[in-house]
Amino acid sequence: MKRTLFILLSNPLSLLGVILVALVVLCAIFANVIAPFPSHAGAVVDFVNFNKPPQWPSIMGTDLVGRDIFSRILFAYRISLVLGVVVLSIAVPVGVVIGLAAGYLGGWIEYCLMRLTDVFLSVPPLVLAMSIMGVLEPTLLNGMLAVTAMWWPWYTRVVYNITRSEREEGYVLAAEVIGAGPAHVMFREILPNCVPAIVTKMTLDLGFVILIVSSLSFLGLGVQPPTPDLGSMVAEGARYLPDSWWLTVFPALAILVAVFGFNLVGDALREILGAEQ
Amino acid sequence: MTLLSLRNVTKRFSTPAGDVLAVDDVSLDVARGECVAIVGESGSGKSTIANMILGIYPPSEGEIAFDGATLPARRSLQHRRLVQLVQQNPLSSLNPRRSIAASLRLALDVHDIGARADRPALMASLLAEVGLPASHLARAPAGLSGGERQRVAIARAIACSSPLVVLDEPTSALDVLVQARVLRLLNDLRAKRGLTFVFITHDLAVVRNVADRVAVFEKGRLVELAATEALFAAPAHPYTRRLISAVPVLTQDESDLRDRFMESLNA
Ligand SMILES: Nc1ncnc2c1ncn2[C@@H]1O[C@H](COP(=O)(O)OP(=O)(O)O)[C@@H](O)[C@H]1O
Ligand SMILES: [Mg+2]
Repeated sequence: MKRTLFILLSNPLSLLGVILVALVVLCAIFANVIAPFPSHAGAVVDFVNFNKPPQWPSIMGTDLVGRDIFSRILFAYRISLVLGVVVLSIAVPVGVVIGLAAGYLGGWIEYCLMRLTDVFLSVPPLVLAMSIMGVLEPTLLNGMLAVTAMWWPWYTRVVYNITRSEREEGYVLAAEVIGAGPAHVMFREILPNCVPAIVTKMTLDLGFVILIVSSLSFLGLGVQPPTPDLGSMVAEGARYLPDSWWLTVFPALAILVAVFGFNLVGDALREILGAEQ
Repeated sequence: MTLLSLRNVTKRFSTPAGDVLAVDDVSLDVARGECVAIVGESGSGKSTIANMILGIYPPSEGEIAFDGATLPARRSLQHRRLVQLVQQNPLSSLNPRRSIAASLRLALDVHDIGARADRPALMASLLAEVGLPASHLARAPAGLSGGERQRVAIARAIACSSPLVVLDEPTSALDVLVQARVLRLLNDLRAKRGLTFVFITHDLAVVRNVADRVAVFEKGRLVELAATEALFAAPAHPYTRRLISAVPVLTQDESDLRDRFMESLNA
Protein backbone atom coordinates (compact mmCIF):
# COMPACT_ATOMS: atom_id res chain seq x y z
CA MET A 1 0.00 0.00 0.00
CA LYS A 2 2.74 2.44 1.05
CA ARG A 3 4.89 1.18 -1.78
CA THR A 4 2.08 1.69 -4.29
CA LEU A 5 1.60 5.26 -3.12
CA PHE A 6 5.33 5.92 -3.29
CA ILE A 7 5.62 4.68 -6.88
CA LEU A 8 2.49 6.64 -7.84
CA LEU A 9 4.03 9.86 -6.57
CA SER A 10 7.54 9.30 -7.94
CA ASN A 11 6.56 8.96 -11.61
CA PRO A 12 5.85 12.38 -13.16
CA LEU A 13 2.94 11.19 -15.30
CA SER A 14 1.16 9.35 -12.50
CA LEU A 15 1.95 12.25 -10.15
CA LEU A 16 0.14 14.53 -12.60
CA GLY A 17 -2.73 12.05 -12.54
CA VAL A 18 -2.84 12.06 -8.74
CA ILE A 19 -2.82 15.87 -8.71
CA LEU A 20 -5.65 16.11 -11.26
CA VAL A 21 -7.73 13.51 -9.43
CA ALA A 22 -7.12 15.24 -6.10
CA LEU A 23 -8.12 18.54 -7.68
CA VAL A 24 -11.36 17.12 -9.05
CA VAL A 25 -12.24 15.34 -5.83
CA LEU A 26 -11.49 18.40 -3.68
CA CYS A 27 -13.54 20.61 -6.02
CA ALA A 28 -16.42 18.17 -5.73
CA ILE A 29 -16.29 17.86 -1.95
CA PHE A 30 -15.81 21.57 -1.24
CA ALA A 31 -17.91 22.89 -4.13
CA ASN A 32 -20.12 24.96 -1.81
CA VAL A 33 -17.06 26.52 -0.13
CA ILE A 34 -14.96 27.19 -3.24
CA ALA A 35 -17.74 28.36 -5.54
CA PRO A 36 -18.07 32.17 -5.64
CA PHE A 37 -21.81 31.79 -6.39
CA PRO A 38 -23.07 28.56 -4.81
CA SER A 39 -26.68 29.43 -5.57
CA HIS A 40 -25.88 29.38 -9.31
CA ALA A 41 -25.98 25.59 -9.19
CA GLY A 42 -29.75 25.99 -9.31
CA ALA A 43 -32.30 27.93 -11.36
CA VAL A 44 -30.97 31.45 -10.92
CA VAL A 45 -31.39 34.18 -13.47
CA ASP A 46 -29.25 37.32 -13.69
CA PHE A 47 -30.19 39.34 -16.78
CA VAL A 48 -27.56 41.96 -16.08
CA ASN A 49 -24.51 39.68 -16.15
CA PHE A 50 -25.51 37.11 -18.78
CA ASN A 51 -23.21 35.61 -21.42
CA LYS A 52 -20.15 37.50 -20.14
CA PRO A 53 -16.61 36.45 -21.09
CA PRO A 54 -14.16 35.54 -18.29
CA GLN A 55 -13.77 38.49 -15.91
CA TRP A 56 -13.64 38.99 -12.19
CA PRO A 57 -15.47 37.55 -10.23
CA SER A 58 -16.70 35.12 -12.91
CA ILE A 59 -13.29 33.80 -13.99
CA MET A 60 -14.80 31.40 -16.53
CA GLY A 61 -17.53 33.77 -17.66
CA THR A 62 -21.29 33.47 -17.25
CA ASP A 63 -23.86 31.43 -19.13
CA LEU A 64 -26.90 32.58 -21.09
CA VAL A 65 -28.96 33.27 -17.97
CA GLY A 66 -26.09 34.92 -16.12
CA ARG A 67 -24.91 32.05 -13.91
CA ASP A 68 -21.24 31.73 -12.98
CA ILE A 69 -19.74 28.91 -15.11
CA PHE A 70 -16.93 28.15 -12.63
CA SER A 71 -19.47 27.61 -9.83
CA ARG A 72 -21.56 25.36 -12.05
CA ILE A 73 -18.53 23.29 -13.05
CA LEU A 74 -17.68 22.67 -9.38
CA PHE A 75 -21.20 21.40 -8.68
CA ALA A 76 -21.22 19.40 -11.89
CA TYR A 77 -18.09 17.63 -10.64
CA ARG A 78 -19.84 16.86 -7.40
CA ILE A 79 -22.83 15.35 -9.14
CA SER A 80 -20.72 13.42 -11.65
CA LEU A 81 -18.56 11.93 -8.92
CA VAL A 82 -21.52 11.02 -6.72
CA LEU A 83 -23.06 9.45 -9.79
CA GLY A 84 -19.84 7.57 -10.56
CA VAL A 85 -19.48 6.34 -6.99
CA VAL A 86 -23.11 5.24 -6.80
CA VAL A 87 -22.94 3.49 -10.18
CA LEU A 88 -19.72 1.69 -9.30
CA SER A 89 -20.82 0.78 -5.79
CA ILE A 90 -23.71 -1.12 -7.36
CA ALA A 91 -22.08 -2.32 -10.58
CA VAL A 92 -18.85 -3.57 -8.99
CA PRO A 93 -20.32 -5.86 -6.31
CA VAL A 94 -22.90 -7.23 -8.76
CA GLY A 95 -20.32 -7.80 -11.48
CA VAL A 96 -17.76 -9.27 -9.07
CA VAL A 97 -20.18 -11.72 -7.44
CA ILE A 98 -21.46 -12.92 -10.82
CA GLY A 99 -17.91 -13.27 -12.16
CA LEU A 100 -16.74 -15.22 -9.10
CA ALA A 101 -19.76 -17.51 -9.13
CA ALA A 102 -19.54 -18.20 -12.88
CA GLY A 103 -15.79 -18.76 -12.77
CA TYR A 104 -15.63 -20.92 -9.67
CA LEU A 105 -18.89 -22.88 -9.65
CA GLY A 106 -18.80 -23.73 -13.35
CA GLY A 107 -21.40 -25.98 -15.00
CA TRP A 108 -24.80 -24.61 -15.97
CA ILE A 109 -24.44 -21.69 -13.53
CA GLU A 110 -21.38 -20.56 -15.47
CA TYR A 111 -23.17 -21.10 -18.77
CA CYS A 112 -26.26 -19.06 -17.85
CA LEU A 113 -24.39 -16.22 -16.14
CA MET A 114 -21.84 -15.78 -18.92
CA ARG A 115 -24.46 -15.86 -21.70
CA LEU A 116 -26.37 -13.15 -19.82
CA THR A 117 -23.16 -11.15 -19.50
CA ASP A 118 -22.41 -11.58 -23.21
CA VAL A 119 -25.86 -10.23 -24.11
CA PHE A 120 -25.21 -7.06 -22.14
CA LEU A 121 -21.69 -6.76 -23.49
CA SER A 122 -22.80 -7.10 -27.11
CA VAL A 123 -25.01 -3.99 -26.93
CA PRO A 124 -23.04 -0.75 -27.28
CA PRO A 125 -23.17 0.93 -23.84
CA LEU A 126 -24.55 4.23 -25.02
CA VAL A 127 -27.27 2.52 -27.05
CA LEU A 128 -28.29 0.41 -24.06
CA ALA A 129 -28.39 3.44 -21.79
CA MET A 130 -30.32 5.44 -24.38
CA SER A 131 -32.92 2.71 -24.81
CA ILE A 132 -33.40 2.33 -21.08
CA MET A 133 -33.67 6.10 -20.75
CA GLY A 134 -36.04 6.15 -23.70
CA VAL A 135 -38.43 3.73 -22.02
CA LEU A 136 -38.14 5.22 -18.56
CA GLU A 137 -38.34 8.89 -17.70
CA PRO A 138 -35.07 10.77 -18.18
CA THR A 139 -34.51 11.43 -14.47
CA LEU A 140 -31.23 11.30 -12.57
CA LEU A 141 -32.26 8.05 -10.87
CA ASN A 142 -33.01 6.37 -14.18
CA GLY A 143 -29.76 7.72 -15.56
CA MET A 144 -27.88 5.94 -12.80
CA LEU A 145 -29.92 2.82 -13.40
CA ALA A 146 -29.06 2.90 -17.09
CA VAL A 147 -25.36 3.43 -16.54
CA THR A 148 -25.23 0.72 -13.86
CA ALA A 149 -27.00 -1.77 -16.11
CA MET A 150 -24.34 -1.38 -18.74
CA TRP A 151 -21.41 -1.30 -16.36
CA TRP A 152 -21.49 -4.52 -14.28
CA PRO A 153 -20.78 -6.97 -17.14
CA TRP A 154 -17.29 -5.52 -17.55
CA TYR A 155 -16.47 -6.43 -13.97
CA THR A 156 -17.97 -9.86 -14.48
CA ARG A 157 -15.64 -10.42 -17.45
CA VAL A 158 -12.54 -9.28 -15.60
CA VAL A 159 -13.29 -11.25 -12.43
CA TYR A 160 -14.47 -14.31 -14.37
CA ASN A 161 -11.21 -14.54 -16.30
CA ILE A 162 -9.08 -14.19 -13.18
CA THR A 163 -11.23 -16.71 -11.30
CA ARG A 164 -10.94 -19.23 -14.10
CA SER A 165 -7.17 -19.21 -13.85
CA GLU A 166 -6.99 -18.88 -10.04
CA ARG A 167 -9.25 -21.86 -9.43
CA GLU A 168 -6.51 -24.06 -10.91
CA GLU A 169 -4.06 -22.81 -8.29
CA GLY A 170 -2.93 -25.08 -5.48
CA TYR A 171 -4.32 -22.86 -2.73
CA VAL A 172 -7.86 -23.42 -4.01
CA LEU A 173 -7.32 -27.18 -3.96
CA ALA A 174 -5.84 -26.90 -0.47
CA ALA A 175 -8.90 -25.04 0.81
CA GLU A 176 -11.25 -27.55 -0.80
CA VAL A 177 -9.35 -30.49 0.68
CA ILE A 178 -9.61 -28.90 4.12
CA GLY A 179 -13.35 -28.69 3.57
CA ALA A 180 -13.90 -24.95 3.05
CA GLY A 181 -17.19 -24.15 1.32
CA PRO A 182 -17.62 -22.33 -2.00
CA ALA A 183 -18.33 -19.00 -0.27
CA HIS A 184 -15.00 -19.13 1.55
CA VAL A 185 -13.08 -20.12 -1.57
CA MET A 186 -14.72 -17.44 -3.73
CA PHE A 187 -14.66 -14.50 -1.33
CA ARG A 188 -11.72 -15.19 0.95
CA GLU A 189 -9.30 -17.02 -1.32
CA ILE A 190 -9.96 -15.94 -4.92
CA LEU A 191 -11.39 -12.44 -4.42
CA PRO A 192 -8.22 -11.03 -2.78
CA ASN A 193 -6.38 -12.04 -5.92
CA CYS A 194 -8.85 -10.07 -8.06
CA VAL A 195 -8.61 -6.88 -5.99
CA PRO A 196 -5.71 -5.23 -7.87
CA ALA A 197 -7.50 -5.64 -11.19
CA ILE A 198 -10.79 -4.40 -9.72
CA VAL A 199 -9.22 -1.33 -8.11
CA THR A 200 -7.44 -0.45 -11.33
CA LYS A 201 -10.60 -0.78 -13.36
CA MET A 202 -12.63 1.24 -10.87
CA THR A 203 -10.18 4.13 -11.10
CA LEU A 204 -10.31 4.10 -14.90
CA ASP A 205 -14.08 3.80 -14.80
CA LEU A 206 -14.65 6.81 -12.57
CA GLY A 207 -13.33 8.79 -15.52
CA PHE A 208 -15.46 6.89 -18.00
CA VAL A 209 -18.64 7.19 -15.94
CA ILE A 210 -18.19 10.96 -15.98
CA LEU A 211 -17.76 10.77 -19.75
CA ILE A 212 -20.80 8.56 -20.25
CA VAL A 213 -23.03 10.68 -18.03
CA SER A 214 -21.84 13.73 -19.92
CA SER A 215 -22.58 12.02 -23.23
CA LEU A 216 -26.08 11.12 -22.06
CA SER A 217 -26.66 14.67 -20.87
CA PHE A 218 -25.28 15.99 -24.14
CA LEU A 219 -28.02 13.98 -25.84
CA GLY A 220 -30.55 15.40 -23.40
CA LEU A 221 -31.04 12.08 -21.60
CA GLY A 222 -28.98 12.50 -18.48
CA VAL A 223 -28.96 15.01 -15.70
CA GLN A 224 -31.87 17.42 -16.21
CA PRO A 225 -31.75 21.22 -15.92
CA PRO A 226 -31.28 23.23 -13.81
CA THR A 227 -28.90 20.69 -12.22
CA PRO A 228 -25.46 21.49 -13.63
CA ASP A 229 -23.84 18.86 -15.81
CA LEU A 230 -20.69 19.17 -17.88
CA GLY A 231 -22.21 17.38 -20.87
CA SER A 232 -25.31 19.57 -21.08
CA MET A 233 -23.19 22.70 -20.58
CA VAL A 234 -21.08 21.73 -23.60
CA ALA A 235 -24.19 20.87 -25.59
CA GLU A 236 -25.94 24.19 -24.87
CA GLY A 237 -22.82 26.25 -25.42
CA ALA A 238 -21.91 24.56 -28.70
CA ARG A 239 -24.63 26.53 -30.51
CA TYR A 240 -22.93 29.80 -29.63
CA LEU A 241 -19.44 28.88 -30.83
CA PRO A 242 -17.12 30.51 -31.61
CA ASP A 243 -18.36 33.86 -30.22
CA SER A 244 -19.32 32.72 -26.72
CA TRP A 245 -16.48 30.20 -26.56
CA TRP A 246 -16.35 30.19 -22.72
CA LEU A 247 -19.75 28.45 -22.60
CA THR A 248 -18.16 25.34 -24.15
CA VAL A 249 -14.43 25.45 -23.61
CA PHE A 250 -14.37 25.46 -19.79
CA PRO A 251 -16.89 22.61 -19.25
CA ALA A 252 -15.10 20.60 -21.96
CA LEU A 253 -11.76 21.24 -20.26
CA ALA A 254 -13.31 20.13 -16.98
CA ILE A 255 -14.36 16.81 -18.55
CA LEU A 256 -10.90 16.41 -20.02
CA VAL A 257 -9.14 17.06 -16.71
CA ALA A 258 -11.27 14.55 -14.82
CA VAL A 259 -11.11 11.76 -17.41
CA PHE A 260 -7.42 12.32 -18.09
CA GLY A 261 -6.58 12.34 -14.36
CA PHE A 262 -8.45 9.13 -13.55
CA ASN A 263 -6.91 7.46 -16.59
CA LEU A 264 -3.36 8.38 -15.63
CA VAL A 265 -3.86 7.04 -12.11
CA GLY A 266 -5.63 3.92 -13.37
CA ASP A 267 -2.90 3.13 -15.88
CA ALA A 268 -0.22 3.61 -13.24
CA LEU A 269 -2.12 1.39 -10.78
CA ARG A 270 -2.46 -1.29 -13.43
CA GLU A 271 1.29 -1.36 -13.89
CA ILE A 272 2.18 -1.20 -10.20
CA LEU A 273 -0.37 -3.73 -8.96
CA GLY A 274 0.11 -5.98 -11.98
CA ALA A 275 3.85 -6.14 -11.39
CA GLU A 276 3.30 -6.95 -7.73
CA GLN A 277 1.53 -10.22 -8.51
CA MET B 1 -4.53 -53.11 10.22
CA THR B 2 -5.75 -51.54 6.99
CA LEU B 3 -6.43 -47.82 7.12
CA LEU B 4 -7.07 -47.04 3.47
CA SER B 5 -8.15 -49.44 0.81
CA LEU B 6 -8.78 -48.94 -2.87
CA ARG B 7 -10.94 -51.64 -4.37
CA ASN B 8 -10.94 -52.01 -8.15
CA VAL B 9 -10.72 -48.27 -8.59
CA THR B 10 -11.03 -46.95 -12.14
CA LYS B 11 -11.17 -43.36 -13.34
CA ARG B 12 -12.20 -42.24 -16.79
CA PHE B 13 -12.14 -38.65 -17.96
CA SER B 14 -14.20 -37.66 -20.96
CA THR B 15 -12.41 -35.05 -23.02
CA PRO B 16 -13.26 -33.57 -26.41
CA ALA B 17 -10.59 -35.86 -27.85
CA GLY B 18 -12.28 -38.94 -26.36
CA ASP B 19 -12.19 -40.85 -23.10
CA VAL B 20 -8.98 -41.04 -21.11
CA LEU B 21 -8.51 -44.03 -18.83
CA ALA B 22 -6.38 -42.36 -16.16
CA VAL B 23 -6.60 -45.10 -13.52
CA ASP B 24 -7.36 -48.67 -14.52
CA ASP B 25 -8.73 -51.19 -12.00
CA VAL B 26 -6.38 -50.48 -9.11
CA SER B 27 -6.64 -52.30 -5.76
CA LEU B 28 -4.34 -51.29 -2.94
CA ASP B 29 -4.39 -51.56 0.85
CA VAL B 30 -2.43 -49.16 3.03
CA ALA B 31 -1.86 -50.15 6.66
CA ARG B 32 -2.08 -47.69 9.53
CA GLY B 33 1.31 -46.04 10.10
CA GLU B 34 2.67 -47.23 6.78
CA CYS B 35 4.28 -45.15 4.05
CA VAL B 36 3.41 -46.38 0.59
CA ALA B 37 5.23 -44.72 -2.28
CA ILE B 38 3.48 -44.37 -5.60
CA VAL B 39 5.93 -44.12 -8.46
CA GLY B 40 5.50 -43.94 -12.20
CA GLU B 41 6.18 -41.69 -15.14
CA SER B 42 4.36 -38.43 -15.61
CA GLY B 43 0.85 -39.17 -16.85
CA SER B 44 0.67 -42.61 -15.25
CA GLY B 45 -2.28 -41.59 -13.07
CA LYS B 46 -0.55 -40.83 -9.75
CA SER B 47 -2.27 -37.49 -9.12
CA THR B 48 -5.60 -38.93 -10.21
CA ILE B 49 -5.25 -41.59 -7.50
CA ALA B 50 -4.39 -38.85 -5.00
CA ASN B 51 -7.41 -36.76 -6.01
CA MET B 52 -9.76 -39.71 -5.60
CA ILE B 53 -8.36 -40.51 -2.15
CA LEU B 54 -8.86 -36.84 -1.25
CA GLY B 55 -12.40 -36.85 -2.59
CA ILE B 56 -11.79 -34.15 -5.21
CA TYR B 57 -13.72 -36.43 -7.54
CA PRO B 58 -15.13 -39.93 -7.09
CA PRO B 59 -13.87 -43.04 -8.91
CA SER B 60 -15.74 -43.99 -12.09
CA GLU B 61 -15.84 -47.54 -10.80
CA GLY B 62 -14.76 -49.28 -7.63
CA GLU B 63 -14.66 -47.84 -4.13
CA ILE B 64 -12.39 -46.26 -1.58
CA ALA B 65 -12.73 -47.32 2.05
CA PHE B 66 -11.30 -45.80 5.18
CA ASP B 67 -11.03 -47.95 8.28
CA GLY B 68 -13.32 -50.45 6.59
CA ALA B 69 -16.07 -47.92 5.78
CA THR B 70 -16.66 -46.94 2.17
CA LEU B 71 -16.29 -43.22 1.54
CA PRO B 72 -19.20 -41.57 -0.30
CA ALA B 73 -18.77 -39.54 -3.47
CA ARG B 74 -19.71 -36.37 -1.58
CA ARG B 75 -17.55 -36.10 1.49
CA SER B 76 -18.79 -34.59 4.71
CA LEU B 77 -16.56 -32.43 6.92
CA GLN B 78 -15.79 -35.49 9.06
CA HIS B 79 -14.61 -37.32 5.94
CA ARG B 80 -12.49 -34.36 4.88
CA ARG B 81 -10.76 -34.48 8.21
CA LEU B 82 -9.54 -38.04 7.59
CA VAL B 83 -7.10 -37.16 4.85
CA GLN B 84 -5.00 -34.10 4.05
CA LEU B 85 -2.69 -33.12 1.23
CA VAL B 86 0.79 -31.72 0.71
CA GLN B 87 1.21 -30.50 -2.85
CA GLN B 88 4.24 -30.27 -5.07
CA ASN B 89 4.46 -26.55 -5.53
CA PRO B 90 4.48 -24.52 -2.31
CA LEU B 91 4.45 -21.35 -4.42
CA SER B 92 0.93 -22.03 -5.54
CA SER B 93 -0.40 -24.06 -2.59
CA LEU B 94 -0.29 -21.01 -0.30
CA ASN B 95 -2.49 -18.06 -1.26
CA PRO B 96 -0.10 -15.21 -2.16
CA ARG B 97 -2.56 -12.63 -0.83
CA ARG B 98 -3.20 -14.22 2.56
CA SER B 99 -0.89 -14.41 5.56
CA ILE B 100 0.59 -17.67 6.79
CA ALA B 101 -1.71 -17.34 9.81
CA ALA B 102 -4.80 -17.07 7.58
CA SER B 103 -3.78 -20.14 5.57
CA LEU B 104 -3.13 -22.20 8.72
CA ARG B 105 -6.16 -20.96 10.54
CA LEU B 106 -8.57 -22.15 7.86
CA ALA B 107 -8.07 -25.79 8.87
CA LEU B 108 -8.72 -24.97 12.54
CA ASP B 109 -11.76 -22.83 11.75
CA VAL B 110 -13.38 -25.27 9.33
CA HIS B 111 -13.01 -28.21 11.71
CA ASP B 112 -13.59 -26.11 14.80
CA ILE B 113 -10.42 -27.23 16.52
CA GLY B 114 -9.69 -25.65 19.90
CA ALA B 115 -11.39 -22.61 21.40
CA ARG B 116 -11.22 -19.51 19.19
CA ALA B 117 -8.94 -17.75 21.66
CA ASP B 118 -6.51 -20.69 21.72
CA ARG B 119 -6.06 -20.89 17.97
CA PRO B 120 -3.14 -18.44 17.68
CA ALA B 121 -1.19 -20.51 20.22
CA LEU B 122 -2.20 -23.67 18.40
CA MET B 123 -0.90 -22.23 15.12
CA ALA B 124 2.37 -21.26 16.77
CA SER B 125 2.84 -24.79 18.08
CA LEU B 126 2.07 -26.22 14.63
CA LEU B 127 4.76 -24.00 13.16
CA ALA B 128 7.17 -25.07 15.91
CA GLU B 129 6.47 -28.67 15.01
CA VAL B 130 7.65 -28.06 11.45
CA GLY B 131 10.63 -26.05 12.64
CA LEU B 132 9.45 -22.50 11.98
CA PRO B 133 9.28 -19.57 14.44
CA ALA B 134 5.87 -18.19 15.43
CA SER B 135 6.90 -14.84 13.94
CA HIS B 136 6.30 -16.37 10.50
CA LEU B 137 2.55 -16.31 11.18
CA ALA B 138 2.27 -12.64 10.30
CA ARG B 139 4.26 -13.02 7.09
CA ALA B 140 3.06 -13.38 3.52
CA PRO B 141 4.15 -16.47 1.54
CA ALA B 142 6.29 -14.20 -0.67
CA GLY B 143 8.58 -13.52 2.30
CA LEU B 144 9.39 -17.21 2.80
CA SER B 145 11.82 -19.53 1.01
CA GLY B 146 10.56 -22.57 -0.88
CA GLY B 147 11.51 -24.90 1.95
CA GLU B 148 9.80 -22.71 4.55
CA ARG B 149 6.65 -22.57 2.47
CA GLN B 150 6.61 -26.32 2.15
CA ARG B 151 6.93 -26.56 5.94
CA VAL B 152 3.89 -24.30 6.28
CA ALA B 153 1.99 -26.54 3.86
CA ILE B 154 2.98 -29.53 6.00
CA ALA B 155 1.85 -27.73 9.17
CA ARG B 156 -1.48 -27.08 7.48
CA ALA B 157 -1.79 -30.75 6.50
CA ILE B 158 -1.31 -31.91 10.11
CA ALA B 159 -3.36 -29.09 11.64
CA CYS B 160 -6.55 -31.09 12.01
CA SER B 161 -4.78 -34.29 13.08
CA SER B 162 -5.71 -36.27 9.99
CA PRO B 163 -4.44 -39.85 10.25
CA LEU B 164 -3.67 -40.02 6.52
CA VAL B 165 -1.59 -37.59 4.49
CA VAL B 166 -1.27 -37.72 0.72
CA LEU B 167 1.96 -36.15 -0.47
CA ASP B 168 2.02 -35.40 -4.20
CA GLU B 169 5.70 -34.93 -5.08
CA PRO B 170 6.26 -32.84 -1.93
CA THR B 171 9.98 -32.33 -2.48
CA SER B 172 10.42 -32.21 -6.23
CA ALA B 173 10.12 -28.42 -6.42
CA LEU B 174 12.87 -27.98 -3.80
CA ASP B 175 16.63 -28.11 -4.20
CA VAL B 176 18.50 -31.13 -2.94
CA LEU B 177 19.61 -29.98 0.50
CA VAL B 178 16.23 -28.50 1.33
CA GLN B 179 14.68 -31.74 0.06
CA ALA B 180 16.71 -33.70 2.59
CA ARG B 181 15.57 -31.53 5.48
CA VAL B 182 11.93 -31.64 4.46
CA LEU B 183 12.07 -35.43 4.03
CA ARG B 184 13.58 -35.75 7.45
CA LEU B 185 10.84 -33.58 8.91
CA LEU B 186 8.23 -35.78 7.23
CA ASN B 187 9.84 -38.95 8.59
CA ASP B 188 9.93 -37.44 12.08
CA LEU B 189 6.33 -36.30 11.96
CA ARG B 190 5.20 -39.70 10.76
CA ALA B 191 6.99 -41.43 13.63
CA LYS B 192 5.84 -38.92 16.25
CA ARG B 193 2.23 -38.64 15.17
CA GLY B 194 1.80 -42.16 13.85
CA LEU B 195 0.77 -40.83 10.44
CA THR B 196 0.06 -42.89 7.36
CA PHE B 197 1.57 -41.59 4.13
CA VAL B 198 0.66 -42.07 0.50
CA PHE B 199 3.84 -40.62 -0.96
CA ILE B 200 3.79 -39.83 -4.67
CA THR B 201 7.17 -39.26 -6.25
CA HIS B 202 9.23 -40.01 -9.28
CA ASP B 203 12.48 -39.81 -7.32
CA LEU B 204 13.68 -43.31 -6.46
CA ALA B 205 16.28 -42.02 -4.00
CA VAL B 206 13.41 -40.48 -2.04
CA VAL B 207 11.45 -43.73 -2.25
CA ARG B 208 14.31 -45.67 -0.73
CA ASN B 209 14.47 -43.32 2.23
CA VAL B 210 10.85 -42.91 3.14
CA ALA B 211 8.76 -45.79 1.85
CA ASP B 212 7.87 -49.10 3.47
CA ARG B 213 6.31 -50.35 0.27
CA VAL B 214 6.32 -49.15 -3.32
CA ALA B 215 3.46 -49.22 -5.80
CA VAL B 216 4.61 -48.89 -9.40
CA PHE B 217 2.16 -47.42 -11.89
CA GLU B 218 2.26 -47.62 -15.64
CA LYS B 219 -0.46 -46.05 -17.79
CA GLY B 220 -2.95 -46.07 -14.93
CA ARG B 221 -2.35 -49.67 -13.93
CA LEU B 222 -0.65 -50.92 -10.79
CA VAL B 223 2.08 -53.13 -12.27
CA GLU B 224 4.10 -53.95 -9.18
CA LEU B 225 3.64 -53.68 -5.44
CA ALA B 226 6.46 -54.75 -3.15
CA ALA B 227 8.39 -53.89 -0.01
CA THR B 228 10.97 -51.20 -0.79
CA GLU B 229 14.05 -53.36 -0.17
CA ALA B 230 12.65 -56.22 -2.20
CA LEU B 231 11.70 -53.97 -5.08
CA PHE B 232 15.14 -52.45 -5.43
CA ALA B 233 16.87 -55.79 -4.89
CA ALA B 234 14.78 -57.72 -7.37
CA PRO B 235 12.35 -55.70 -9.49
CA ALA B 236 9.87 -58.17 -10.87
CA HIS B 237 8.14 -56.18 -13.62
CA PRO B 238 10.07 -55.13 -16.74
CA TYR B 239 8.69 -51.60 -16.38
CA THR B 240 10.08 -51.35 -12.84
CA ARG B 241 13.46 -52.52 -14.06
CA ARG B 242 13.46 -49.85 -16.73
CA LEU B 243 12.39 -47.25 -14.18
CA ILE B 244 15.21 -48.16 -11.82
CA SER B 245 17.84 -48.24 -14.55
CA ALA B 246 16.57 -44.92 -15.92
CA VAL B 247 17.61 -43.05 -12.77
CA PRO B 248 19.60 -40.14 -14.19
CA VAL B 249 23.35 -40.29 -13.77
CA LEU B 250 24.37 -37.62 -11.28
CA THR B 251 27.28 -35.21 -11.66
CA GLN B 252 29.95 -35.34 -8.98
CA ASP B 253 28.51 -32.28 -7.22
CA GLU B 254 25.05 -33.70 -7.24
CA SER B 255 26.13 -37.05 -5.94
CA ASP B 256 28.08 -35.38 -3.13
CA LEU B 257 24.93 -33.53 -2.22
CA ARG B 258 22.99 -36.76 -2.46
CA ASP B 259 25.41 -38.48 -0.11
CA ARG B 260 25.14 -35.73 2.42
CA PHE B 261 21.40 -35.92 2.07
CA MET B 262 21.36 -39.65 2.75
CA GLU B 263 23.57 -39.13 5.79
CA SER B 264 21.36 -36.41 7.15
CA LEU B 265 18.38 -38.72 6.79
CA ASN B 266 20.05 -41.47 8.75
CA ALA B 267 21.47 -39.10 11.36
N1 LIG C 1 -9.25 -33.54 -15.09
C1 LIG C 1 -8.77 -34.29 -16.12
N2 LIG C 1 -9.41 -34.29 -17.31
C2 LIG C 1 -8.96 -35.03 -18.33
N3 LIG C 1 -7.86 -35.81 -18.29
C3 LIG C 1 -7.16 -35.84 -17.13
C4 LIG C 1 -7.57 -35.08 -15.99
N4 LIG C 1 -6.69 -35.31 -14.99
C5 LIG C 1 -5.77 -36.17 -15.48
N5 LIG C 1 -6.05 -36.49 -16.77
C6 LIG C 1 -5.29 -37.42 -17.61
O1 LIG C 1 -5.10 -38.60 -16.88
C7 LIG C 1 -3.79 -39.09 -17.04
C8 LIG C 1 -3.09 -39.23 -15.70
O2 LIG C 1 -2.82 -37.94 -15.18
P1 LIG C 1 -2.18 -37.70 -13.75
O3 LIG C 1 -2.95 -38.49 -12.74
O4 LIG C 1 -2.11 -36.25 -13.54
O5 LIG C 1 -0.72 -38.31 -13.95
P2 LIG C 1 0.58 -38.12 -13.05
O6 LIG C 1 0.21 -37.42 -11.79
O7 LIG C 1 1.07 -39.52 -12.83
O8 LIG C 1 1.54 -37.35 -13.88
C9 LIG C 1 -3.07 -38.16 -18.00
O9 LIG C 1 -3.15 -38.70 -19.29
C10 LIG C 1 -3.90 -36.89 -17.90
O10 LIG C 1 -3.87 -36.21 -19.12
MG1 LIG D 1 1.02 -35.54 -10.95
